[in-house]
Amino acid sequence: MALSDSVRSNMTLAAKSSPQTSAAARRWSMRRALPYLLSLPALLVCIGILIPFFTAAYYSLMRFRLNLPMMKGFIWFDNYISFLSDAAFWNTMSISLTYAFVTVTVELAFGLGIALLLVRPTRLNNAVSIMLLLPLMTAPALAALMWKLMTNPNFGILSYFVSLLGFDDFRWASDPRTALLTVVLVDVWVYTPFIMILLLAGLRSLPKQPFEAAALDGVPRSFVFFRITLPMLMPYIITATLFRLLDSIQQFDIVYSMTQGGPGDRLMVFQVQAYLEFFQYTNVGRSAALMIVLWAITYALSNLFIKHWLKLRERAHGPA
Amino acid sequence: MDQTSTFEKITRGILIVLVLLFFLFPIFWILLMSFQNNDQILRIPPSIAFEPTLQNYTALLTGKLETAAGDLDIAFMRNLGNSLLLSTCAVLLSLALGVPAAYAFARFKFRLGENIAFTLLSFRFAPPLLVLLPLSLYFKQLGLTDTYVGLIWVYQLICLPLILWIVRGYFEDISPDIENAYRIAGHSWWRAFSRIAIPLARPGIAAAALLAFIFAWNNFIFALILASASKQPVTVGALAFVTASGIQYGQIAAAIVLSVTPTLLLALYAQRYLVEGLSLGAVKG
Repeated sequence: MALSDSVRSNMTLAAKSSPQTSAAARRWSMRRALPYLLSLPALLVCIGILIPFFTAAYYSLMRFRLNLPMMKGFIWFDNYISFLSDAAFWNTMSISLTYAFVTVTVELAFGLGIALLLVRPTRLNNAVSIMLLLPLMTAPALAALMWKLMTNPNFGILSYFVSLLGFDDFRWASDPRTALLTVVLVDVWVYTPFIMILLLAGLRSLPKQPFEAAALDGVPRSFVFFRITLPMLMPYIITATLFRLLDSIQQFDIVYSMTQGGPGDRLMVFQVQAYLEFFQYTNVGRSAALMIVLWAITYALSNLFIKHWLKLRERAHGPA
Repeated sequence: MDQTSTFEKITRGILIVLVLLFFLFPIFWILLMSFQNNDQILRIPPSIAFEPTLQNYTALLTGKLETAAGDLDIAFMRNLGNSLLLSTCAVLLSLALGVPAAYAFARFKFRLGENIAFTLLSFRFAPPLLVLLPLSLYFKQLGLTDTYVGLIWVYQLICLPLILWIVRGYFEDISPDIENAYRIAGHSWWRAFSRIAIPLARPGIAAAALLAFIFAWNNFIFALILASASKQPVTVGALAFVTASGIQYGQIAAAIVLSVTPTLLLALYAQRYLVEGLSLGAVKG
C-alpha cells in the first residue's frame, strides 16, 4: 500500500505539474514543502532528544564531577575501562539482567495463560479482561507504594497472610534475600496485563480454519496448542517479549519507589545506579557512561524489535 | 471447543476468580485502608468490618495533617493539580504537533519523514535518564528547571512518539481516495485534512490521546529530576508524602487512591479505545 501510495501521489504530482502554468508550479512546490512543514515539530523533538544524547555520550568520555569542577577533563574511555574491574558495575549488570529475565518470563507465562483462559469473547471474559487493564493503568511508582503498604511488616495484609503460612518475620523488600522477589511481584502485577492484552488480540485474530479442521479430526488439544496455536501466535509473543524486555531492563519507577536500590546495593539496577551517581555522588561522567552502556544493550535489543515490527507492519499495511 | 465438560467449566471459573483476586485485590485493599484510621489499620488480624472514616480525605483536601508532633502541611492537592495541568497541556500540545506530522508521514513518502519516525521510534526504547541527565544541566542554563513550560516540553518525549505512531497507522488505513476527490473538487489541502482525514481518523486520535494522557500522568522519572516540590505531579508527590508523613498510613492510602483514580476511571470509560491503542501501538505501529 505504501508503494501504491507513493505511486499515486507521484501520479497526481505529474498530473498537476504537466500544465506549465505558474500557479500550478507554485502549488507543486507548496506540495513538496508541505510534508516538511508538517513534520517540523516532530523534527524539533528529535533534535531535542539527539542533542542531550550526544552530550551524554560526550560526558561519558570525561572526568566530570559537579562538586569538583576543576578536575573536569577529557579522559577517553577511562570511565568504561574502570567499569571492567568495578564490582558495583557488575552487580548492576547482573541485577538488571536478572530482573528483566525473571519479570518477562513470569509475565509471559501468566499473560499467555490468562489470554488462553479468556480467549472466547463471552461477556464475562470481556469484562474480566477490562478489569485487568486497571493494574496496567496504575502508575508503576504508585503501584510500588501500594505494595509497600501491603508488605509493611507491622500491618501489611501480605505480611499477615505470609505469617499465617508460618513465615514469621518475612520482611519483603527490606530483606536482601526477598527484595528482588518483592519488586518482581509488583512488576508482574503491573505488566502482565500488557502481555495478556497483546496475546489476546493475537489469539482472537488467528484464522479459524486450522482449529476447526483439528477439532473435526479429533486431534488432541496439547497437539493443537503446541503445533497450531503457539506457532501462529509466535509473532505476537515475540513482539510482547521484546517490548517488555526493553522496558524491564530499564526499570526505575518500581525499584526506586520501593527501596531506592536497597537494601544495600541489592536492587541497584542501571537507572537507579546512574541516578544516584548523578545526584548523590554528582559524578556526571560515570553516570553518563553507565547510561551509554544501558543504551547499547537496549539499542541492540530494539533493533531486533524494530526489524520484527516492520515485518508485522508490512503484513498489516501491505509491503512497503 | 464448544462441548466443554463441567469439570473444565469449574476449573476455568476458579482460575478466573484467582486471576481477578490477584490483580484487583491490591486496589480494593488500598481503597479500604483509605477509609480507616491508624488504629484500624494496625489491628491484627486485619478485618474488612470497620467503621469507615473520611478523616484521611479531609486531611488531604484541607492540606492539614494532625500528627502527635503537631500539624503538618501537606501540598498533596497541589500535586494533583500539577498532574492534571501537566498531562492535559502535554497531550494538547502533542496533538497539535503530532497529528499533522502523522498525516504527513502517512500520506507523503519522503526520506526525512522516515528518518524522523525511526529516530523517535528507536528513542522510544532508549533509557530516559540518558536524555534526562544532560537535559537537566541544559535546563539549569536555560532557566527551564522547575517550570511548567519545561516539564510540558519534556513530556513531549512521552506523548509525541505515541501519538505519531498510532495516528499514522490510522491515517494509513484510510484510503486517500476520498481526500483526493475532495481536493479535485477544488478544496484546499487544509480543508481536506481537517474536514475529511481528521474526522475519519478520530477513533485513532482519541485512542492515542487517551494513552498519551495516561502515560503522562503515570510518568515518574521526568518530574523527579526536573521539578521541585511545588511543580511535582502526584507520582513524585506521593513518594515525598510517604517519606514526610512516615506513619500516616491512612492518608498515604487516600493519597494513592486519589492519584490513581483519574487514570483508572479513564481506562474503564475508554477501554475499547485503549485496548485498540495499546495493541496497535505495540503491534502494528
